[in-house]
Amino acid sequence: MTYNLATRAGFALVSACLALTAGLAPAAAQHNLRIGLLSPMTGFLSQTGQDMTHGFQLYLEEHHGMLGGAKVDLIVEDTQGKPDTAVTKAKKLVLQDHVDMFIGGVLASTGYALAPVSTEEKTVYISSIAAADDLTQRQLDKYPYFIRTTWTSSQVNHPLGQWACEQGYKKAVAIAADYAFGYESVGGFQKAFEACGGKVIQKIWPPLGNKDFGPFIPTIKSDADVIYLLMVGPMAPQFPKQLREAGVKLPIIAGGTSYDDYNVAFDSDVVIGDVSALMYSAALQTPKNETFVKAFRSKYNEVPGYYAEANYTTAQMVDEAIAKSGGKFPGAEQFIKTMLGLKIDAVRGPVAFDDMRNPVENIYIRKVEKTALFGDTKPELWNIVIKTYPDVGQFWTYGKDAFLKQPVYSRDFPPCKYCE
Amino acid sequence: MSQKARILTVAAVLLVLAFIIPLSTSFVVLLATRALVFAILAMSVDILLGFAGLASLGQAAYLSVGAYLTAILASKYQFGLGWDFWLVVLLAILLGAATAAVFGLFAVRATGVYFLMITLALGQCVWGLAYRWNSLTNGDNGINLTSRPNFGLDLTNERTFFFLVFGFFTVTLLMLYVLVRSPFGRSLEGIRERELRMQILGYNTWLHKYIAFIIAGGVGGLSGVLWAHTNGLVSPDTVVLTTSVDALLMVVLGGAGSLVGAGIGSAIVFGLREYLSTLVPWWQYVLGGVYVLTILYMPMGLMGLPAWIRQWRAAQSRSAGDQGLLPAQS
Repeated sequence: MTYNLATRAGFALVSACLALTAGLAPAAAQHNLRIGLLSPMTGFLSQTGQDMTHGFQLYLEEHHGMLGGAKVDLIVEDTQGKPDTAVTKAKKLVLQDHVDMFIGGVLASTGYALAPVSTEEKTVYISSIAAADDLTQRQLDKYPYFIRTTWTSSQVNHPLGQWACEQGYKKAVAIAADYAFGYESVGGFQKAFEACGGKVIQKIWPPLGNKDFGPFIPTIKSDADVIYLLMVGPMAPQFPKQLREAGVKLPIIAGGTSYDDYNVAFDSDVVIGDVSALMYSAALQTPKNETFVKAFRSKYNEVPGYYAEANYTTAQMVDEAIAKSGGKFPGAEQFIKTMLGLKIDAVRGPVAFDDMRNPVENIYIRKVEKTALFGDTKPELWNIVIKTYPDVGQFWTYGKDAFLKQPVYSRDFPPCKYCE
Repeated sequence: MSQKARILTVAAVLLVLAFIIPLSTSFVVLLATRALVFAILAMSVDILLGFAGLASLGQAAYLSVGAYLTAILASKYQFGLGWDFWLVVLLAILLGAATAAVFGLFAVRATGVYFLMITLALGQCVWGLAYRWNSLTNGDNGINLTSRPNFGLDLTNERTFFFLVFGFFTVTLLMLYVLVRSPFGRSLEGIRERELRMQILGYNTWLHKYIAFIIAGGVGGLSGVLWAHTNGLVSPDTVVLTTSVDALLMVVLGGAGSLVGAGIGSAIVFGLREYLSTLVPWWQYVLGGVYVLTILYMPMGLMGLPAWIRQWRAAQSRSAGDQGLLPAQS
């Protein structure tokens, strides 16, 4: 007893049709503002992805689902923390959901992967997190529909290098995640630190996502007087713990992702006194930030880190740009132009844009302290701001033209002159 | 079912797909293209797993060789964006085969779990190169391809490109089918069933497996060229271990030793991972559940489904005391 050929072919046909009709989504309603958010909801960056989504959603909810007078359809897609998947999902957002813009991407590599999609599909891509330097530097011309709302990797590290000199540090060991964001952060720190007399004497590159630093910690040179650290995602809480357990007492200064406020809140006291640089701290003593932190904590029961603030502020920027355009999306080119003209009073402080579509903003040097903030009585760990560098752009004090003449920061640039 | 009927069924299904998919939304076309590229890679795994009985966990290496070759030629030398695309295809197949020829010297000596581990290690070597050889591969950032080839046919159009990939898939399927039905393919199956007996019969089993390994590498190289142009981005992320695991799982899911099963497996994995994940956040549980259930209840994969149904019905009618003998095989 078997099915004959025709029956089998019929089955195949019917099942194929069923599978495909699932793809025939209804056409988008035209008047709503359609926004795609690409964040890693699964994979090793899932916590980060959740913070990003929460940040954006909080702003939307506070504004009753409207941005600049337009009703928003927000579509969140899971990039799984992989550039390949991010490309697929970005294309899905454009081709199937007909979004006006897509926002997000975490890793520098994801940023480099998504920007070409925006050019190809002539759709706005707002990088709220992915900080890959060259997207708003040497490669900017390739991506006319791209804008960045938060930072470039080296932007916060230039001031940190300067600050390190001011503290009297002379010799630094750099330990950073082994990928573009790590290279660019170390590069920025090294350039500024060596310009004012410091020396980077060693660079150590643990793989991205690595959580066991046992093999790396013993190789740290003992004549260093400070460690420059750059960790991301789940790597961040592990390193300081393992370093101190190994008995290394060197002070740590770090790129901000190593001490994201979300992590710091859960960390043990070993991180007290560690310093990091970023354009945001949840401990900022401004009324705007206090409101934001309180709202975020009451809704999601977490301290908002920069991932949340960056996307909250991105939503605010879209809000103001759409409002300026009369409540509807003005087309990709015009939208980018309107965005560039904005002066935002954001949670993190005042933000404007330079002519390379990158923000100019405050950079905060932050130190972990245990204290009670915002009217709470229970002391917690916070990134207390100890110094503010106002209006920092992506070129620091070097000037745009001179800066763009050098190659993009990489594993080998600037060369490690003082390494042995 | 007779061999002829099987071939006709597959041909009919392929024909229907070629008609339906282009009528669907752009995103479905995009996913179908991706699934087909991976189906080619999965078929190369099937040659090893289903016919030679060798489970490879390093097949992504050949995909990456083809993909990086395409990306590097296109981005650094503007080569392979016109008619020379076909030259790149040829080069990638040769390079994939050559890589496999080298790796095969290490891998084919082993069988079973040792083969699995050696291929895994070799695959990770290629990943390491892609990640570390910054000047050539651009490291973790990967290489962006700015445009697809245009030789009279403009492949920038997703539907045109779908047909090209579809063509490659069909031709590969056909050629591999001829291969496995040839005496060479039969000897591979003999090796899978009982290598010692084949050796006693005078077959050089090592050489047979080595050649199968090289052919699989060549097919992997081909899938790499197509993947580079499908995705527009080649990064170490493409080459990572999970790609090899995916290819192996696709074959197991669809049914090893059937070639077509690789295509079905690929369609299911892409459907669940890339499509279902746009609809629900718990897609991973579904994918995991499908894997577990298939391996528990259908070790022959989905291609074993008709046989499974046949058996089940035969058992039913027997227990119902149905008189008359059922044909054992149609």
